[in-house]
Amino acid sequence: MSSEKIDVRYVAKLARIALTDEEVERFGAQLGNLLEHVNVLSELDTASVPATAQVVESRNVEREDLTGPSLDRETVLSMAPQRQGPFFRVPRIIAEEG
Amino acid sequence: MSTAYEAVIGIECHVELKTKSKMFCSCPNEFGGEPNTKVCPVCLALPGALPVANKEAIDHMIAAGLAFSAEIPAFSKFDRKNYFYPDMPKDYQISQYDMPLTQGGVVRYWLEDGTMKECRLTRIHLEEDTGKSTHAGGGDGRIAGSTHSLIDFNRAGVPLMECVSEPDIRSAEEAVGYLEALKRTFVQLGVSDVKMEEGSLRCDANVSIRPAGAKEYGTKTEIKNMNSFRSVYRAIESEIERQIGVIESGGRIVQETRGWDESQGVTHSMRSKEQAHDYRYFPDPDLVPLEIDRALVDRIKATLPQLPPQRFERYHGEYGLDVKQATQLIDNLPLADYFDKCVAASKNPQQSMNFVLGDLSRLANETATPVHESPVTPEHLAELIALVEGKTINSKIAKELLARVWNGEGSPKAIVEKEGLAQTSDTGEIEKFVVEVLASNEKAVADYKSGKTNILGFLTGQVMKASRGKANPALVQDLLKQKLG
Amino acid sequence: MADVVRMTAAETAAAVNSGTLSAAEVTDAMLAHVDAVDDRVGAYLTRLHELAREYAKRVDERVRGGEKLPLAGVPVAVKDNMCLTGTRTTAGSKILENWIAPYTGTAVQRMLDAGAIPIGKANMDEFAMGSSCENSALGITRNPYDLTRVPGGSSGGSVAAVAAYEAAIGMGSDTGGSIREPAAFCNTVGFKPTYGRVSRYGLIAFASSLDQIGPLTRTVEDSALAYEAMAGWDRMDSTSIDRPVEKASTALRGDLKGLRVGIVKQFVTEKLGAEIHALYQQTYKELENLGATLVEVELPTADYGLATYYLIAPAECSSNLARFDGVRYGLRVEGGDVGAMYEATRAAGFGPEVKRRILIGTYALSSGYYDAYYVKAQKARTMFANDFKRAFETCDLIASPAASSPAFQFNAKSDPYSMYMMDYYTIPMSLAGLPALSVPCGWITPEGGDRPMPMGLQLAAPLFEEVKLLGAAHAYEQGTKHASKYDAMVVSA
Repeated sequence: MSSEKIDVRYVAKLARIALTDEEVERFGAQLGNLLEHVNVLSELDTASVPATAQVVESRNVEREDLTGPSLDRETVLSMAPQRQGPFFRVPRIIAEEG
Repeated sequence: MSTAYEAVIGIECHVELKTKSKMFCSCPNEFGGEPNTKVCPVCLALPGALPVANKEAIDHMIAAGLAFSAEIPAFSKFDRKNYFYPDMPKDYQISQYDMPLTQGGVVRYWLEDGTMKECRLTRIHLEEDTGKSTHAGGGDGRIAGSTHSLIDFNRAGVPLMECVSEPDIRSAEEAVGYLEALKRTFVQLGVSDVKMEEGSLRCDANVSIRPAGAKEYGTKTEIKNMNSFRSVYRAIESEIERQIGVIESGGRIVQETRGWDESQGVTHSMRSKEQAHDYRYFPDPDLVPLEIDRALVDRIKATLPQLPPQRFERYHGEYGLDVKQATQLIDNLPLADYFDKCVAASKNPQQSMNFVLGDLSRLANETATPVHESPVTPEHLAELIALVEGKTINSKIAKELLARVWNGEGSPKAIVEKEGLAQTSDTGEIEKFVVEVLASNEKAVADYKSGKTNILGFLTGQVMKASRGKANPALVQDLLKQKLG
Repeated sequence: MADVVRMTAAETAAAVNSGTLSAAEVTDAMLAHVDAVDDRVGAYLTRLHELAREYAKRVDERVRGGEKLPLAGVPVAVKDNMCLTGTRTTAGSKILENWIAPYTGTAVQRMLDAGAIPIGKANMDEFAMGSSCENSALGITRNPYDLTRVPGGSSGGSVAAVAAYEAAIGMGSDTGGSIREPAAFCNTVGFKPTYGRVSRYGLIAFASSLDQIGPLTRTVEDSALAYEAMAGWDRMDSTSIDRPVEKASTALRGDLKGLRVGIVKQFVTEKLGAEIHALYQQTYKELENLGATLVEVELPTADYGLATYYLIAPAECSSNLARFDGVRYGLRVEGGDVGAMYEATRAAGFGPEVKRRILIGTYALSSGYYDAYYVKAQKARTMFANDFKRAFETCDLIASPAASSPAFQFNAKSDPYSMYMMDYYTIPMSLAGLPALSVPCGWITPEGGDRPMPMGLQLAAPLFEEVKLLGAAHAYEQGTKHASKYDAMVVSA
């Protein structure tokens, strides 16, 4: 992996974080620097190594299909930054999917 | 559709699983109810909450996959599909990416004329549903023009099957047949209610056209916003037509998402995204991999009931019921099971069907009792059929008998014996009635002799009446004809 | 300062259970002490006066009723990334600055069920990202041994509380070293159990496959007691391990006879400077004096630890922190549309370190880079696990420095990567999920410093061997008593 320039604006868009121009510059440099350090991983021969799926081997953790108590609605809505009646309210959605 | 072109259609469905609780938490999985009353830290994605997988949902998935002869792999896992949307509490959806619970499979379905068809499945995987948003301020409930949206998270976290088909479908009719087969199978398995109007089945269609006989695929569009099977039909037809129109006028199909507009009967281009989504799938570290036990798979397989396509082939193919009758039974499983028991007891599918879908259903409707809960058991019906087939009673008596069995008077055989309702095929007996009737209907006799042969029907009826319905009608007719000359 | 606040958890529980002291008395004394010193230390973002007294009352009722509670009346600092019903739970972030948790996490609940008293919600690096507590958006915590220095992070508030006697047990969380490094900086014991031993339900997630809750205490015995109370399978956490929790508090050793302690060849302490090198040589000698046999072991992938960690942790956190979007709770900054609202909210709500990690994590998972970064790192992680398995074939425990230096001064590490280096020794154990702890092992006066600062010895054991680990740490602690050499400046003043 050669040292690549991260398209910080694109990544910030994916992560839904608005960045100032100054932050784009600063983060770009810092992340570039981090990536250079991280690139040492390419030295490792991982060809025959499986990726860790679970740190402590565990399989099939499931629960029975039983219902339990839900949160009280007032508690739920009292946390809402904006509510309208029994709903959470958000500003208009522009695209079909975020 | 112009025969110069072939439509190539694939269907992607989202089907809510019928479980008591949600996929990753124990909130109730129920349609309706006051908004935001069925949420908890997990499905509301509060800080610190963690998912735990619903065993029943996984078992349902396996059953669904096996019902379509899909492969159930040895290992499966959940992955996070990362994107932002207000009705997605975690701003990622727990789904399955490269190791779904089922692979492949085939959906067999039938058309209105009884033809059996097949559509291959790519996969069915398990994921969680989102909350529901209503878009307000714009006047028509659509996103475009709205000023804000209102979110209800009751549905967030409900287990969802995503069924992706191969593009084997070739017409709107086939698409609906495919969906009906999916629905019937899921309902029969008890894994979902599959009600489009309640949102437990949602589907999108990928539609493209190509010159008939061509091997390469044309550019496809994705059609969304179809709310009923009828919409699906109309939308696909409309889109095929539109695409043909574009091609024939020298244009190119643009790969895009189009929304079906029910009121205008057309698809509209939806604001297309600038770039394809980068969902950044990775295995969900809060969940552990699934190792599917072969014994479990075998157990589920062994307990699969006879599914709609096989039933259809039996009813329509083997028994000769017409498509409508076969479908009527399949869509009412308790009725179909009752019917099957009758057939088993009577060995007579046609008569079983006549009674079950005919007089028995009528009685059931009148008393608002489902057929399969009726006082008439399949054994009773088999007895009745045997009596009719053996010409012990005629069909008119059979009808009365049925009502009496329904009213709890006992088994058909018992009633017949008790009341001597056995149809008379004793020529001597019948002749007595024939003579009586001819004697008291001089005018009719004269009319018949003067050429009005249809009077025979009237005279037959009179003899039947005189014999209190017990005379063998065929014999009556013969005797009358003899006597009248 | 009342003697009561200096009591260990073991002593407090014994006194309350026997009726010598009431939980109410302990709590009152503790709250008074907190009010007296915490303006200087800044351990707590929220002091829980009313709630603490309520819990104390309940504990006293239970004890009077004949119950013997393992942590009866023990004052506990709860790191602010752990949900406790009715308390402000902020994760050290502006985005949750005013969020009140409507539920209590399992580990916290178990501590409370065992009789512990929640004194306050402790400060931390924002979303547990940091090694000095300087990344908190809501307050500054100072090292009680030198108020011009950082307490370490991310469990800075929890450790400072314990060091300044503002709690007997601090509940911390450790992802790459966030319990062990602060413990080393503040002369306390900091213990991270095997991944999966303690439920993460109710712990605001940073990196799901690495996060673990663990105790910070003034003695190893107290850590053992806390571990017994909080650990165990939880049906609300799919990654929690279904294994019985063996009692560690009754298996504390007197010496290290028969134990082989591995010294990692790749952990070259010379590069830490002559003084620190000498201190660790001395520490290893002390282990030998207590009866341990030292063996050299290898962790060939040691130098790849940081790279591996700084791909996996940010990747997971970029996804875990997506839920902070202004829709259902927390901060919202308005926008013309929902997309603008997300971007403005998250820009205002997250600090720079959090943003950096979300960005690098998003990048590592993004199309085209996923295999080269995320998958590669997960494979490297398997290699770490294998390295440790091999190493533990020839030793029972591994010993190393817990941190590469004593506590540094505020603003000393302005470059992010130099801060990441603080976790060099602790990260490998996190990647392999091993149980590990830090126990005080001596004092060093830092360059430019005016007083001795504590150093920590990290001990690590194979998976699930908490009993062996705590047992050995106790022997070391009792055999050397380094922690008692100096007292925190804030209390001796």
